[in-house]
Amino acid sequence: MASTNLTEQYYDLHEHAHPDGYSTTLGFWIYLMSDCLIFGMLFATFAVLGGNYAGGPAPKDLFELPLVAVNTSLLLFSSITYGFAMIAMQNGSKKGLIGWLILTLCFGLGFLSIELFEFHNLIEEGAGPQRSAFLSAFFTLVGTHGLHVTFGSIWLVTLLFQVGKHGLTEANKRRLSCLSLFWHFLDVVWIGVFTFVYLMGVLR
Amino acid sequence: MIPTHSHWTPLLGRLGPDAIPTEPIVLATFAAVTLGGIALVGALTYFRLWSYLWKEWFTSVDHKKIGIMYMVLGLIMFLRGFADAIMIRSQQALGFGGSDGYLNSHHFDQVFTAHGVIMIFFVAMPFVTGLMNYVVPLQIGARDVSFPFLNNFSFWMTAGGAVLVMLSLFVGEFARTGWLAYPPLSELAYSPDVGVDYYVWSLQVAGVGTTLSGVNLIATIIKLRAPGMTMMRMPVFTWTALVTNILIVAVFPVLTVVLALLGLDRVFHTNFFTNDFGGSPMLYVNLIWIWGHPEVYILVLPVFGVYSEIVSTFCSKRLFGYTSMVYATCVIGILSYSVWLHHFFTMGSGASVNSFFGITTMVISIPTGAKLFNWLFTMFRGRIRFELPMMWTVAFMLTFTIGGMTGVMMAVPAADFVLHNSVFLIAHFHNVIIGGVVWGVFAAINYWWPKAFGFKLNEFWGKVSFWCWVPGFWIAFTPLYMLGFMGVTRRMRVFDASFDAMRIYYWVALFGALLIAAGIGAMLIQFAVSIWKREEYKDESGDIWGGRTLEWATSSPPPEYNFAFTPKIHDIDAWADMKAKGVARPVDGFQDIYMPQGTWAGIVLAGLSTVCGFALIWQVWWLAVVMLVGIVGTAIFHTFNYNRTFYIKADHVAEVEAARTAQLAALEKGAA
Repeated sequence: MASTNLTEQYYDLHEHAHPDGYSTTLGFWIYLMSDCLIFGMLFATFAVLGGNYAGGPAPKDLFELPLVAVNTSLLLFSSITYGFAMIAMQNGSKKGLIGWLILTLCFGLGFLSIELFEFHNLIEEGAGPQRSAFLSAFFTLVGTHGLHVTFGSIWLVTLLFQVGKHGLTEANKRRLSCLSLFWHFLDVVWIGVFTFVYLMGVLR
Repeated sequence: MIPTHSHWTPLLGRLGPDAIPTEPIVLATFAAVTLGGIALVGALTYFRLWSYLWKEWFTSVDHKKIGIMYMVLGLIMFLRGFADAIMIRSQQALGFGGSDGYLNSHHFDQVFTAHGVIMIFFVAMPFVTGLMNYVVPLQIGARDVSFPFLNNFSFWMTAGGAVLVMLSLFVGEFARTGWLAYPPLSELAYSPDVGVDYYVWSLQVAGVGTTLSGVNLIATIIKLRAPGMTMMRMPVFTWTALVTNILIVAVFPVLTVVLALLGLDRVFHTNFFTNDFGGSPMLYVNLIWIWGHPEVYILVLPVFGVYSEIVSTFCSKRLFGYTSMVYATCVIGILSYSVWLHHFFTMGSGASVNSFFGITTMVISIPTGAKLFNWLFTMFRGRIRFELPMMWTVAFMLTFTIGGMTGVMMAVPAADFVLHNSVFLIAHFHNVIIGGVVWGVFAAINYWWPKAFGFKLNEFWGKVSFWCWVPGFWIAFTPLYMLGFMGVTRRMRVFDASFDAMRIYYWVALFGALLIAAGIGAMLIQFAVSIWKREEYKDESGDIWGGRTLEWATSSPPPEYNFAFTPKIHDIDAWADMKAKGVARPVDGFQDIYMPQGTWAGIVLAGLSTVCGFALIWQVWWLAVVMLVGIVGTAIFHTFNYNRTFYIKADHVAEVEAARTAQLAALEKGAA
């Protein structure tokens, strides 16, 4: 009898499997932190090389702050609308969720268009990434952020289809929360870009 | 600026007939590899093994199988990396007295670069990742890792990187820059061929795998520990695995960035690390060592864990100073970020900066020393059983300590100005990597092989290997310490007349390397003999060494679900505790077990990524774009698969466990 008790004490005889996605949020956070380090390194590179104009144009000559301000607000608004999408998801409103997600996507695509427009103008002016170390660092930092927004948008479209097809299942909710983390994370990174690259750039 | 390549076609990029090397050594290797490959494919087809391999291994998400695949990858690449080592040693022994040796500089420079890259990224990394993959879930009483599909994908990405490095031998060439590819040498201006591109993209592909497997194992250790296993009850190997994976996630992104920037410089002519337009080669050196120094701890911490498990098992007592061991591991993890500049004291950062990094480097030897004393005190008055794993451990303790001391010597900036870039440094890091990491992996293979395959490794050939390796190592590297003091620099191909007196040292070193070769041969024979006589060496108990941690509570090899019932943990060394209390194995009341399902997606995604890497190396842009679209498309397609788990039925579990019960009963009867 004693040995049965011991067995019960040392083995979980009535266990329940971990629910699906038990580790997903933690895992995704850890991934985001590694991504954060990628941006950290790009910021560090910009900090080191950002003043090396090599006789070429400086931020003051290049950046059009009003345009960047529009861009920044687009991205910030997209975070708010994603927040509303998550609230709709919590309330079980599939329609609301899809509506807010589409609005978020529009803001995201707007942001990307303005960024591409800005890049295009810079390259036209002869201020492409090859011109100086400053511009190499600028294009890479801002471009990496843009690339993230692009992948976030592709992900968002995928989720639109999946929610449309399978509804608000647990798996889809989990995915939406992950994308939410990703989207807000990109917003935070952009605030860093706006501050350190654009605002402090024109102050130099 | 820099002219682009003379021949580039839209269809084939930079690929042309001149991509095939014409050197006889390479051609002979190419022929041998091709014939061997054809023979292997033929054999697999003849024995109809493809579908077995695909179903049971390539697409498997079982952490045990993935762990074994990592070890196989490491072993194959180890043979390649060692072939490079023998070539370096023999070229340096021959290149005296006006002789040109047998390798031209174009080839020799590739050989030493490939040797370093392969040994670190595709030997040491797969070995430690494989060990962690196999052992950690078992030690924490879990059934698999947190993200099994990701685990499979990570493995194949690592393998994809290895494929690209191997390919560079036969299509194009590898970098001729040394294993860290410092600019400006690695810039387009000085390395216009595809060598550095192979370097960049093979490491990028493998790096994705490494980072994701780091994320995976951290989540596993934090979330999937058995009930009752608090952090301070985790086995030491699991602790070192946790710290290692935190280091991986915290530094591999740095490597990703620095390689990406170098790649941008080379492809898009940006100016991050160039000499002009404001670029800074010194930035590269800083960034790559911010990754590189923690990397050496990524390699050595898991094997510190291995040694800890082995010492306590083979001394049949609890590890001395468990708590201090855990803290030492964490402190090493943290300090490893604060020492990177000691790799380039000579760059000219100034006395204060150099002093700071010299002191932090010396400080890191304190927790490492604490570990050594813990192992020694565990052995003190223990009943030590000198089985093979324990022999490697003792060899490690003696060898690594000396390697550590030569490291502290170089931590003194003034001394480093003399020793920097000399073969003294080469001797030092081989002293710690071979004496620490490689021997630790051998100890681990001898220790856990019976767990993985259900039979023990042959002892005779294991001892032959040991006695070739350990003296072989010292004979190979002591001369380099001495040559380093004489000021000989690394990466020399030929030596002019003024070096004649030093020739004997290189011959001694070559002799040592040949002894090591014999050790490797003996190890391969050991594997072969053991597999051949596996019935004779069979271990029915599942606990062949009298182990103390949970992996020894299972049968050998463990069932695919690891534990029919999740164990509850009440102490450090959970299995020793259960044995001491006489806990009976539950024999009925089995339930369905929820398990992840195998998937094709990992190997397909990694295959596409590898082809994409190849296209980027050769600048076949259309192919790169197609592959990129393919990767995104496949990933999206995979997310539409919602059924990724299945149940192992209770009946089946009961069957497997009944067989195990019978096996144990027969064993007890035989013993009585």
